[in-house]
Amino acid sequence: MKFERFGLGIIKGLTVTIKNNLRHPTVAQYPEQRLNTSRRIRGNELIWSRERCTGCGTCAKTCPQGAIEIVTSTNLAENKYVVEMYRVDTGYCIQCGLCVEACPYDALFMGYSYERAKYRREELVQADDMLLESKERPASGYFHPEIAQKLPRQTLLVERINEER
Amino acid sequence: MAIETREFTLKTEPFMLNFGPVHPSTHGVYRMRTTLDGEVVLDIEPVFGYLHRGIEKLAEQRTFTGFIPLTDRLDYISSMSNNMAYCMAVEKLAGITVPERAEHIRVILAELQRIANHLIANGSFLNDCGAYFTPFLYMFREREKILDLFEMVSGQRLTYNFMRIGGVSQDFPEEFMPALRIFLNQMPRFIDEYDRLLKENEILLARSRGVGILTQKAAVNCSISGPVLRSTGYQWDLRRADPYSIYDRFEFDIPVGIQGDCYDRFRVRMEEMRQSLRIIEQAVKDLPQGAVRAEVPHLVRPPVGEAYSHIESPKGELGFYLVSDGSIAPYRCHVRPTSLINLTALREMVRGWKVADLILIFGSIDICLGEVDR
Amino acid sequence: MALVDLMEVNTRLYQQAVPPDWPGGFWWHWLFFAVVLIIFILIMVMAVIYIERRAMGRMQSRLGPNRTGPFGILQPVADAIKVLLKENIVPVNADKVVHWLAPVIAFVPALMIFAVVPFQNGALLADLNIGILYVVAISSVSTIGVFMAGWGSSNKYSLLGAMRNVAAVVSYEIPLVLAIVGIVLLTGSLSMNQIVLAQDIPFVLLQPLGFLLFFTAGCAEINRSPFDLMEADSELTAGFHTEYSGMKFAMFYLVEYAEAVAIAAIITTLFLSGWRGPALPPWLWFIIKVIIVFFLMVWTRTTLPRVRIDQLMSLAWKFLLPLAVINLVITAIEVLFLSALPWLIIIVNFAVAAVLVVMWSKLFFKLGWGRLEV
Repeated sequence: MKFERFGLGIIKGLTVTIKNNLRHPTVAQYPEQRLNTSRRIRGNELIWSRERCTGCGTCAKTCPQGAIEIVTSTNLAENKYVVEMYRVDTGYCIQCGLCVEACPYDALFMGYSYERAKYRREELVQADDMLLESKERPASGYFHPEIAQKLPRQTLLVERINEER
Repeated sequence: MAIETREFTLKTEPFMLNFGPVHPSTHGVYRMRTTLDGEVVLDIEPVFGYLHRGIEKLAEQRTFTGFIPLTDRLDYISSMSNNMAYCMAVEKLAGITVPERAEHIRVILAELQRIANHLIANGSFLNDCGAYFTPFLYMFREREKILDLFEMVSGQRLTYNFMRIGGVSQDFPEEFMPALRIFLNQMPRFIDEYDRLLKENEILLARSRGVGILTQKAAVNCSISGPVLRSTGYQWDLRRADPYSIYDRFEFDIPVGIQGDCYDRFRVRMEEMRQSLRIIEQAVKDLPQGAVRAEVPHLVRPPVGEAYSHIESPKGELGFYLVSDGSIAPYRCHVRPTSLINLTALREMVRGWKVADLILIFGSIDICLGEVDR
Repeated sequence: MALVDLMEVNTRLYQQAVPPDWPGGFWWHWLFFAVVLIIFILIMVMAVIYIERRAMGRMQSRLGPNRTGPFGILQPVADAIKVLLKENIVPVNADKVVHWLAPVIAFVPALMIFAVVPFQNGALLADLNIGILYVVAISSVSTIGVFMAGWGSSNKYSLLGAMRNVAAVVSYEIPLVLAIVGIVLLTGSLSMNQIVLAQDIPFVLLQPLGFLLFFTAGCAEINRSPFDLMEADSELTAGFHTEYSGMKFAMFYLVEYAEAVAIAAIITTLFLSGWRGPALPPWLWFIIKVIIVFFLMVWTRTTLPRVRIDQLMSLAWKFLLPLAVINLVITAIEVLFLSALPWLIIIVNFAVAAVLVVMWSKLFFKLGWGRLEV
């Protein structure tokens, strides 16, 4: 192994580093500056719509982890199912989004926020009214283009930092 | 006067050193029991299985579509390739044809994934060399751009779950194409910057030129694949040798190394990034309109039979072997793990080198423990 | 026959800056300087730690520490407080006295070097007329501290790291000293104050090869990257200071940066004409130059990968030592014949340096061993 090229490669490398020293660093200071996530983000929670859900159970059959549990009873007068309990164990959920994709009535949404950690493991199991959409639990546009249009645009690194090389 | 001389040799004894499962440089939980004589490595004995999650057995209890999120977690650094290999295997088994636009989208995403993977591979290789995170952070900066694109398309940054049986799950949003165009314009100059920093760096050359040589014959005998095989000089790329998807329509070169040492593997990966950019340009140019998904029921029931399909994943040849018995879940699913088979050559490559070279050679094979242990 | 006429230089410059005349005599002078030096070293070490982390962060396209205090200035203070609050763990099998004494023996020489470094004309703790020889002698003593740390830890990886360190330091002493001898030939005196006074032209121009040799050998002596394999995080454990925690670890950390400041101060004094400069007060020029030299060290640390141990030794014995000897011979010839024409000396020296480095690296130099037969 000869010592090739007498140090020229080292000098080239040094020029690259010193030029990077003078450029703007590619950082965003979290939590003061938050970047906008994608409109289709599969965030940390599941959002359910009680009006549209019919209790068909497609989501529970599709979920690879088996995290969804539905209990229904029949309402023979209106020829419908009544959903008594709809429970999701978000600790098991891997945020794959297959349930949202499978629902034939568009009653499920992925969450938009990603800072939803809980202090206790029991709080991860969410049922019924805890799953409804609210201001703290916005819905994301994964498989729901009408919601995706209203969400803010994603911050892209290619647009933020565009220095010439 | 006769002077008696005696040979004075220093008596040394080999000792066993354990590169434990928790180590800053083994890329994951991987254990090596090395026998050292001073600084020279005499023998290594690998112990893995610390990340075994039983994915192949789990496949028998998930549906064909429900298994796709689990394939993400095999080689978690390049999830799109795993998804693609699995979906191609099921399509081969069930005889489903994929629409044209979906094929183009798959190629674009797979090549972007290849660039992202090689950025990590080279960054970690230089980190093991001792360059104090500088090239690593530069390469991660570019990987951020690719991850932004993937997040825009699929919603997550690491385990995408994007390919489906019969195509991809959704179409591109409308801001994807402009962002991809900016990325394609910027990236070649960033790769040039890496070359300026590293290609002729004397210390890197002294550390890695001629180190860990794998001969062509040994590589072919051990069924090594991927950049490790190409660095020995053997021009074998599944995209040329056994074309899948629509790769036979694109023109690209296959970078090949000279000796099969660590430096060649590093350079092969750099050049492959440039070739991937070429393929993406061509795929973007003639992207047709149309459906992105074939009409496939959610619970697919392929006919009874078996199929094996393989792709050129960034680390090598990744293959899925599926046996179906007509029900909604596979009867048997076996993954041909690229990293494990590439790892079997480590022992031959490492004997006689020093401890510092052991770390370097191990890093240059570029394994991911999720695939080794499944 | 010296290059400069010291009598003339002394009388000329003595009238410009008068060193302080202490009323109490020698003991007040000693007390004042001892206190000033200790405070100076501690503050410079903290400043230097801060500069290194910020500069390295900026070069890697990220910010350095910026949360503790405005612009992160209090980060070294936070580090110091953290390290003081940690528990002091001594291994059971360790040799207690050796383990305790090692940081002390490693730290004290780094302090003692500053006794002969001039901050202003005549502002030294002790203007020894063997100044630079004293520096060379004392700087070798801290190696004993490092070896005691490795031995007293009763840990075979610490011993390995300590032995590597001793080998490296002993090997790099010789090019270091030979580079210094070149300077002494130009000046005609060993005293540091006289060396600074003699630099009407900074010696970095008159001795470019000497500067490179001293810088490289100095970086190797203080275990800085690219020669930091004694504490390589991506190889075995943390080297000789594995078994240290709490204040003793803080001592080793301090030693590393104090020696960096010491080597930077010596380079400033020998090559960059110490405290001399046009407008600002001399001690400010001194600090500025020390920080510039330290920035050079940070710059090389960020860019270059690490060398291997046998390559380190080869570099010292086969590359630096012959170049140092040839440099010495050529300087001696120049001082004999060309001492009236300094500009000719500059041209000749630069040409010789370039030719030597090119020729040596292409023809005579083979870096390290290859693969050994096992």
